[in-house]
Amino acid sequence: MIKAVPKPLEEVLDLVKDFTKVLIAGCDGCVTVCEAGGLKEAKVLASALRLYFTQAGRQAQIDEISLTRQCEKEYLAQLSDKMDAYDAVVSLACGCGVQYMAEMYNNKIIYPGVDTCFLGVNEERGLYSERCQACGRCILAETGGICPIARCSKRMLNGPCGGSDAGRCEINKDIPCGWELIYERLKTLGQLDRFEKPVDPKDWTTSRDGGPRKIVREDLRI
Amino acid sequence: MSVTTPSKLQKMIASGNLAVTSEVGPPRSADGAVIEHKGNLIKDYVDAINVTDNQTSVCRVCSLACCIRLKLMGLEPVLQMVTRDRNRIALQSDILGAASFGINNMLCLTGDHQHFGDHPTCANVFDLDSIQLIQTVKMMRDEGRLLGGFEFAVRPQMFIGAAANPFAGPNVAMRVSRLAKKVAAGVQFIQTQCIYNLDKFKEFMKLMVDRGLHEKVAILAGITPLKNVGMAKYMQKRVPGLEVPDSVVRRIGGVPKEKQAEEGITLAVEQIQELKEVEGVRGFHIMAIEWEEKVPGIIDRAGLYPRPQLA
Amino acid sequence: MRLQYPPSVRIIEVPCTGKVDVMHLLMAFEYGADGVIVVGCMEGECHYSVGNLYAKKRVNRVKEILDKVGVGGERLAMYNLSSGMGGRFAEIIREITEKVMELGPSPIRVATGKATRPIAEVTT
Repeated sequence: MIKAVPKPLEEVLDLVKDFTKVLIAGCDGCVTVCEAGGLKEAKVLASALRLYFTQAGRQAQIDEISLTRQCEKEYLAQLSDKMDAYDAVVSLACGCGVQYMAEMYNNKIIYPGVDTCFLGVNEERGLYSERCQACGRCILAETGGICPIARCSKRMLNGPCGGSDAGRCEINKDIPCGWELIYERLKTLGQLDRFEKPVDPKDWTTSRDGGPRKIVREDLRI
Repeated sequence: MSVTTPSKLQKMIASGNLAVTSEVGPPRSADGAVIEHKGNLIKDYVDAINVTDNQTSVCRVCSLACCIRLKLMGLEPVLQMVTRDRNRIALQSDILGAASFGINNMLCLTGDHQHFGDHPTCANVFDLDSIQLIQTVKMMRDEGRLLGGFEFAVRPQMFIGAAANPFAGPNVAMRVSRLAKKVAAGVQFIQTQCIYNLDKFKEFMKLMVDRGLHEKVAILAGITPLKNVGMAKYMQKRVPGLEVPDSVVRRIGGVPKEKQAEEGITLAVEQIQELKEVEGVRGFHIMAIEWEEKVPGIIDRAGLYPRPQLA
Repeated sequence: MRLQYPPSVRIIEVPCTGKVDVMHLLMAFEYGADGVIVVGCMEGECHYSVGNLYAKKRVNRVKEILDKVGVGGERLAMYNLSSGMGGRFAEIIREITEKVMELGPSPIRVATGKATRPIAEVTT
């Protein structure tokens, strides 16, 4: 799932300090799971903003809401009769949600309330780590189910590099060497023969390098 | 190993003599005289001179420009190329550029992560890795083709090198395995990481010989003289994938401070003497980090001077 | 044991401090509380094992928020007491009351002109 962290409160305060009517819009999707932008986080942020405006002697209306998913028009449409009541919206959705809301409410100021980080897993509560870079052409079948693009700091397709030290990446001892993980897993699976076969340069056109991406599924479209 | 390029380094290796290479680090300014000076210091003692490519991700004069300068001085440069900073268009373009000046040796590297350098906030490229760069140069040289498929007539005559680190994780067997992968990609010579743990290196070479890999690729053993005990400790603790045994630290630290540099050089000479006897070792790569003036003495004392003159 | 403590304090009972949420604490300040303390069991002695540790994290987070929004994190504190420490409880209440008196009314009550009114009940 998409992982995000709340933006520092002072950054959000700075964005909204000149408005008097602000809606904090959470998203019940990914950002709720990583506790960065669900209903609860929307409530906390709204409360903090109310305290800020009140202690500053300012009359302000700060409300909160959370939508099922901000990456879908149907749910964003639920705001259509509310938008006029606000000067600005702080969306706690990932970057997709913020942009889609801005696209739909063209004349409204929509600010991001979280920093969208990566596609990752919940190792435990409060501990999330990256697993996928959405390169558009999955090679996990060749690499023992461990992605070198997401998990090697140099996204090497023929690792590990010479900086791999006691199973750790050269850039940070907290990062496991992705290629050592791959090597060990291939060994466990009895597929070490794959390790010595050079992997050709990757076609990155399906990744970010190919420009903004789009999926068109004719089998699903009417 | 037959000679396939005009590379003098390849000729030396093919002749059966122990080859000797060293490296020079470009300056962090536009001062071209630095490379000229460093090149002149070592030129008579080595068969080829590596020029590092923004080593440890610190921005410096580009390797290509320095290699061209050395070439114009009549020396034999080894163009180091890392894939960190350039995509396949830029890499191939630089290879063609180097070849257009008659540069005939390349060292294909992935490169240190920019995290270590003077621009840690930059974007990295890593479009290719070292093995894919080896494949690319080989394709350009042997097939006259770019990765994009374009065919051209004048091919870069490159003697293709790469690095190997017998001391990195997880174990020596995997390191041999990875080197086998570089051989499969087309590498012809290897300059190893600095060797201080000779036993482990010998274990590495034995596995290489057992698999017959030493017949397919020329191993040049990497030697870095230690300047003092501080450097030994730094290399031991701070440089990922480097192994400095305690005995080495004790030896350098065991002599008075003013004699540590001399002890470091003596140690390097002894290491070369010992490694000359290891099967599969075809030469030495002396990396005297910002200490190029010591290279001639080491090579001389190790009995590798004068360099054989080949026709 | 008839211990005396200031009557300006309103006690809200919860089954465990682990039940106290960030929102409860923020709402108390929104409603005009001059100061709030969370009193949990001794660390390592939580009946639910880590409830009081969660509470500690939340209290710290709210203190940070209060600092950033101009209310002041010093108006919130957490204490860990066992059930046998009634005397210490009364003492803490006296201390905190004194401290809040020193700090004066919360900026929220001052700004809303409610500084003279009694503290409202928290009903989240």
